[in-house]
Amino acid sequence: MSDTAAQPRSDADESDDGSTAAATEEPTEPDEHQTAGPVSTGAESVVAALEAAGAKTAFGVQGGAIMPVYDALYDSSVRHVTMAHEQGAAHAADAYGVVAGEPGLCMATSGPGATNLVTGIADADMDSDAMLALTGQVPTEFVGNDAFQETDTVGVTRPITKHNYFASGADTVGDTVGEAFELSRAGRPGPTLVDLPKDVTQDETDRTPGPATPPAGTDPDPNADAESVEEAARAIEAAERPVCLFGGGVIKADASDEARTFARSYGIPVTTTMPGIGSFPEDDDLCLSWAGMHGTGYANLAITHTDCLIAVGTRFDDRLTGGIDTFAPEAEVIHVDIDPAEISKNVHADYPLIGDAGRVLDQLTAAVRDAPDAEAWRDRCDEWRETYPLTYATPEDEPLKPQFVVEAFDEATDDDTIVTTGVGQHQMWASQFWTYTEPRTWVSSHGLGTMGYGVPAAVGARVAADTMGEEDRDVVCFDGDGSFLMTIQELSVAVREELDITIAVLNNEYIGMVRQWQDAFYEGRHMASDYTWMPEFDKLAEAFGALGLRVDDYDEVAPAVEEALDYDGPAVVDFHVDPAENVLPMVPSGGANGKFAAAEDQL
Amino acid sequence: MSDDTAASDGGPHTGRDEASAAADGGSPVAPGADSRPLPGEQPGPNERDHPEGRRNLEGIRIDPVVEAEHESHRAVISALVEDEPGVLARVSGLVSRRQFNIESLTVGPTTVDGHSRITMVVEETDPGIDQIEKQMSKLKPVISVGEVAGDAVTSELVLLKVEADDPAAVHAVAEMYDGRTVDAGPETITVELTGDKASIDNAIGAFDRFGIVEIARTGPTALARGNTPTAPGEKPGTAAEPTTHDD
Repeated sequence: MSDTAAQPRSDADESDDGSTAAATEEPTEPDEHQTAGPVSTGAESVVAALEAAGAKTAFGVQGGAIMPVYDALYDSSVRHVTMAHEQGAAHAADAYGVVAGEPGLCMATSGPGATNLVTGIADADMDSDAMLALTGQVPTEFVGNDAFQETDTVGVTRPITKHNYFASGADTVGDTVGEAFELSRAGRPGPTLVDLPKDVTQDETDRTPGPATPPAGTDPDPNADAESVEEAARAIEAAERPVCLFGGGVIKADASDEARTFARSYGIPVTTTMPGIGSFPEDDDLCLSWAGMHGTGYANLAITHTDCLIAVGTRFDDRLTGGIDTFAPEAEVIHVDIDPAEISKNVHADYPLIGDAGRVLDQLTAAVRDAPDAEAWRDRCDEWRETYPLTYATPEDEPLKPQFVVEAFDEATDDDTIVTTGVGQHQMWASQFWTYTEPRTWVSSHGLGTMGYGVPAAVGARVAADTMGEEDRDVVCFDGDGSFLMTIQELSVAVREELDITIAVLNNEYIGMVRQWQDAFYEGRHMASDYTWMPEFDKLAEAFGALGLRVDDYDEVAPAVEEALDYDGPAVVDFHVDPAENVLPMVPSGGANGKFAAAEDQL
Repeated sequence: MSDDTAASDGGPHTGRDEASAAADGGSPVAPGADSRPLPGEQPGPNERDHPEGRRNLEGIRIDPVVEAEHESHRAVISALVEDEPGVLARVSGLVSRRQFNIESLTVGPTTVDGHSRITMVVEETDPGIDQIEKQMSKLKPVISVGEVAGDAVTSELVLLKVEADDPAAVHAVAEMYDGRTVDAGPETITVELTGDKASIDNAIGAFDRFGIVEIARTGPTALARGNTPTAPGEKPGTAAEPTTHDD
């Protein structure tokens, strides 16, 4: 733990005289914090704290209890993007944070505003995304009386936030907001929330918030224990079948360079998790792409047969591991993670290395003396790659294949293109048939699996790229028909803000992943999975003021892709794809990764 | 399977060509040149090698000779926490959400203003106890948490209301277990007892014959013996000299 942990953690330290106890600590990152300007109300203190912490953009929806904060935003440098629904605000903020590499910011009023944020907060929590949610609350004296639009927001969001706060007074609210912002990105990132009773934001104060710092003890030592690193290095040197497993933590720690250096220095094949897509270039000879339920066969075989699994920034989710009994059953596990609670939570770590992904990978790169003798193992991985490639048939008598659409977009766009998705079959195809080479280009809902994430995420990703001066990057959202209809209203935001995004709906008139499971495990009984009642999305897009196109055949794909990408503004292409197409390969839930089904009849 | 594809005549690429481009990172190959197997042509699960090894439910590799199974056991966990609103809800919510087996939870003030001690008795395996401690450490108001060493002083308080048919006998049993009568009425007598779990269980057994009307138990609280800190890193302190932790 860092020396900040030795600071007593009483509230008094942050509220007595404006200089926080931790303010004298050495800065651990470039100091981008400014001093907050003069304030006159709690709401102004909130906004001053956000500005001082470096927040540039907020996504939200107005409402009664949050009005004082919105009023204070009127003169702020923070850009506010009004969303159509609070869930969209949370997802947009989440995706903004993923692309920009800083905490996303979302806002909502009390009651329904706050509960509508919940899905997005839970999504950020499961994916360890840094995000601050600010919610209005009824005045303090009404709290607990079931007042109009009152919800126990702190109670509701307690299990899905890293920490949440109930603001207690106008004098301290700015400090609380600053602390919550910093806490969201300290150590393992995650969402935080500050509930803002209306009296707190309306009350007068002249107290300028102090510099934003995370609570003492929450910013852990980035370096792993040196002796443990040496032991892990010896295990790597001795391995015959080593494989790296890079998770989302590699991307969050901006450790892709360190990950590439480590794997290439010692010739260790690389798999990633789904959130880890982009941490290592998928066109690299060492890369076996991502492992897990719908990961590549060769990645799943590699993590099954390895004798030394170097897992970095992953929490061994069940969609990755399949059945724990058969997960990397012969591997010594080196587990690098910033969160000690992830060590041996699901898979026992023989060599736990607690620290920042980039720093620990550098430590490992330095500590390993000789590359493991793994030539035969690399050859075996290459054989698997040749035996189990990601392919699909395109018979003339079957409708357009969704995988073809993904590949067509990949072909037509640059490597820095940002892909967002909803959740379901289209998400899997977008992750399988697009070749990702850079971090923060794959923006999806992994742990929570939130249908409807794609469109608001595209809004957030676009705004983030524009804010960073990267207007030339493309943003492509792959969505399913079911997912798209869940948050389609956010298309109006893209039109209003003139956001250059392209939404490719892989429309199979099913909630397709459910249909696939029904065919595999429920004797084809398509209960509530038939989505033939979908609207005509191209016409609907036009009604929103976006470009709307429809594609049914292979020869229409390339021109539609080109027209949609060229269009300066939001474009929707409704691709009517084969309703019978399944996502393969597939590891059945709880099954052995090495026993993935390459085809339907192997399930 | 046929190599004919819907898009091969005039279309820019076939699916298989594109797929090869994706996997190889090179340029698309000419139609028909791709001999890579389609899913239906790839070997099935039974045609592949599979490793022999296994892991147990806790993700630990099972030694083929000695299978390492962890027995659950009773442990006392002590946590030093900031006494702020919601801290008990945070701790109890965590315990319930993560399905930890908890027997009791007590909370009370410490020598330091603003700090409370939470004492939990859990029934868990060793990895389970580690997880509870690590997850609790992540809660912002938790200052320090750890398992109290096995020889800790533990004690709990019980209030026991029995029928007052034979007051003298009730008094006698109460004295036998170092209890005291805190309320005596015409119909019921209430006795207060303290002690460790076993002695309290014994006492309740002894009172059973009078007809127990109601019981209220606090659950055990605990302190480590001697100079051992109860929560890791905890230092003896007063309100003027806050307890802290070293690490």
